[in-house]
Amino acid sequence: MTTSVSPSKPALSLGPIYYLWDGPKWRDFYFRIADEAPIAQVTIGEAVCSKRLHFIEPQLGDVIERLESAGKKVSLASLALVTLERESQLVRGLVRDSAHPIEANDLSALHLLAGKPHSIGPLVNVYNGATARLLASRGARSICLPPELPMASVRGIIQDNPGVAFEVFAFGRVPLAISARCAHARSKGLIKDNCQFICGQDTDGLTVETLDRQPFLALNGVQTMSHTCQTLMQELLELAAAGVSRIRLSPQDCDMVAVAEIYDDAIAGRRTIGESLARLESVYPGIPFSNGFHHGQTGAAWVKVPISAEFPVA
Amino acid sequence: MTLPLAITAPLSFVPLVAIESVVQRVFARVIAAHPGLFDRLADHAAKRYAFLPSDLPIGFLVEPSVRRISVHRKERAPASDARMEGEFVLLLALLEGRIDGDAVFFSRDLTVSGDMEAMLALRNALDDCEIDLPNDLARMSGPLAPLVRRAGEEIRERALGRVLKEETSQWN
Amino acid sequence: MELICPAGTPAAFREAVDAGADAVYCGFRDETNARNFPGLNFSREELRTAIAYAKQRKVMTFIAINTFMRAGQETLWHQAVDDAVALGADAVILADFGLMAYTVERHPQQRLHVSVQASASNADAVRFLVEAFAAKRVVLPRTLTIADIARLANQIDCEIEVFAFGGLCVMAEGRCSLSSYATGKSPNMHGVCSPASHVRYRQDGRELVSELGDYTINRFPAGEAAGYPTLCKGRFDIAEERGYAFEDPVSLDVMDHIDALRSAGVSALKIEGRQRGKAYVAEVVSVMRRALTAGAAERPALVSRLKALSEGQKTTTGAYEKRWR
Repeated sequence: MTTSVSPSKPALSLGPIYYLWDGPKWRDFYFRIADEAPIAQVTIGEAVCSKRLHFIEPQLGDVIERLESAGKKVSLASLALVTLERESQLVRGLVRDSAHPIEANDLSALHLLAGKPHSIGPLVNVYNGATARLLASRGARSICLPPELPMASVRGIIQDNPGVAFEVFAFGRVPLAISARCAHARSKGLIKDNCQFICGQDTDGLTVETLDRQPFLALNGVQTMSHTCQTLMQELLELAAAGVSRIRLSPQDCDMVAVAEIYDDAIAGRRTIGESLARLESVYPGIPFSNGFHHGQTGAAWVKVPISAEFPVA
Repeated sequence: MTLPLAITAPLSFVPLVAIESVVQRVFARVIAAHPGLFDRLADHAAKRYAFLPSDLPIGFLVEPSVRRISVHRKERAPASDARMEGEFVLLLALLEGRIDGDAVFFSRDLTVSGDMEAMLALRNALDDCEIDLPNDLARMSGPLAPLVRRAGEEIRERALGRVLKEETSQWN
Repeated sequence: MELICPAGTPAAFREAVDAGADAVYCGFRDETNARNFPGLNFSREELRTAIAYAKQRKVMTFIAINTFMRAGQETLWHQAVDDAVALGADAVILADFGLMAYTVERHPQQRLHVSVQASASNADAVRFLVEAFAAKRVVLPRTLTIADIARLANQIDCEIEVFAFGGLCVMAEGRCSLSSYATGKSPNMHGVCSPASHVRYRQDGRELVSELGDYTINRFPAGEAAGYPTLCKGRFDIAEERGYAFEDPVSLDVMDHIDALRSAGVSALKIEGRQRGKAYVAEVVSVMRRALTAGAAERPALVSRLKALSEGQKTTTGAYEKRWR
């Protein structure tokens, strides 16, 4: 990293809300994003559990309209795990009826979207340039890379695919796994088929601790997330230099407008990386940062990077 | 089943060198017959593995890279990178690949400590070797061969019978 | 239905063939396969010998190259496919789209199977794989019920292989970074899950504590059967509840559903366990072989034999039954 590098500045993108929030909370969140957040691209919709869709469906039209009138580009996330016939029908309907680009989160969406411009979500396994090329040849215009990827892979994939816009998962609990079984419902003595939408009680995930009281993971319905918040802030300049087009912020139950402002200020050179990290800490208190995946270490690790350069002031 | 006193008691008197020379010969045969063992172990060949039969006063230290196996009184056991403890017959049966390491471990008859990766590498590498101890021992024992073989087989039968019986009864 | 059996070593390979496998699956000794455990797997030469042994006995060999190519080091994976083809693999089992594309382009005649790691869990997903890579068979994730499988089989132009016995992934396979979150090593990138290099057992009073990296995965009171600290099979605290948060330490066993799987249109049953010893392979394969031909009345006896070899000595039908969810 040197100060002579003046890469084109990446834009901010907001990923789908992975948690179950009730309709009003969900709507108000996006209204505020539309009105206040310096975010260019917003992906909305339910990616985790097909049972939750009815919570947001009534609000969807209003939210899209508000975001678009604020100048945001909107795309819709497809489901990450599609096993039931009903879920297959949902994805088919989404691809058929949507006036907005789709973010594919599983292989069924890849099939249905062939030949149409679309984007690829972080839950599709893109580990190398050849896979990105294959997806691009079928219509993918942008790809949010899996959070597990180390920087060397990010760099290599981007170099191999000059025509594709790449996005990196830079803020939020990491979606680590998904299951046909609902550990969240199970933890409260229920099963998935009769879950009573119990995951809605934990709007920022339900902490899983080890038997030695170490906070470790967070349950979010059928999804398992990291306890830590992946935070690529020290790495922003490096990512920009590597050609990353968008920085993805994944909604947590905290002030995401403030989070977006912090990233925006850092990228615009209005605040130093050090100041920005300190601000983030106060916006999402109590949740440790991690960036180990990016540095090829354990995902939960926090690697302090000596900052040798800052973004030039815009 | 622990080993009968008739077998274990003499170990307190037999000079270690005598035991060592027998196991060293078995070990040399195994290595000669399975050169692929070292490929499988890769870097783990340089580790020191301790096998500590819970029912014997002695322990074995295996150092694959220098092709050495040594025998020690337990109270003077040398340092090792990875250790496996369990009844002697179980360790033998495992060595021969006759019982599944995972299954035995899950039933808690074995205790493994230290460098787990090294121990796993050794277990997997040994599993590929078709070691047949009664035969190997008998072949080198001259006139005593039939006796040695019968003793060896009996030990093994009893060990396996026990393991299978416990597995089907105990955990359900 | 074909019986597809695991082999982590040449010795286990021969046992599987002799015990009645229709096909044996195995991998090279490197990061290209999802059971990249220390001391396991095959050199090129070992695989050549193994394939010859199998061919003489009319048994097929499938080579699993089912991790995801690391950007910048694709040659390792390309070479694995080239060598598998040259060695005469009856099928290669792949998970990475980039590697599938390479295989189709370079070796259009090679039979391509889709690994469970690719996570093809529905008809459209399978269609994608058939259309893009001419996949001949797909190994289904352990997330489907038998009814799901039957419905799927009717909708696709591709053979189906399902897991019938062995270790059970609770998470959708190929979509789990839990291991790398705790250890830096993942199934997708390194072919390992909860690797032994990061495992520690420690005695704490009367309890045996199993740890993975910096995390406690379980504590076993004296006398309780201990397990390997596979992350998703650990015991954790969630709010006031203590227990197996994701799954009890059990093995998958669908012996009671063999007929249902057959009529659902399943082409092949797969046994998990390339990391298990040859004794395990021999036992499971021969019992499964007998079960495939035995009547339903004889099966319970065969099932109880298999239980002895199960992790934690308990089995589950997993997602094959809806109430598991």
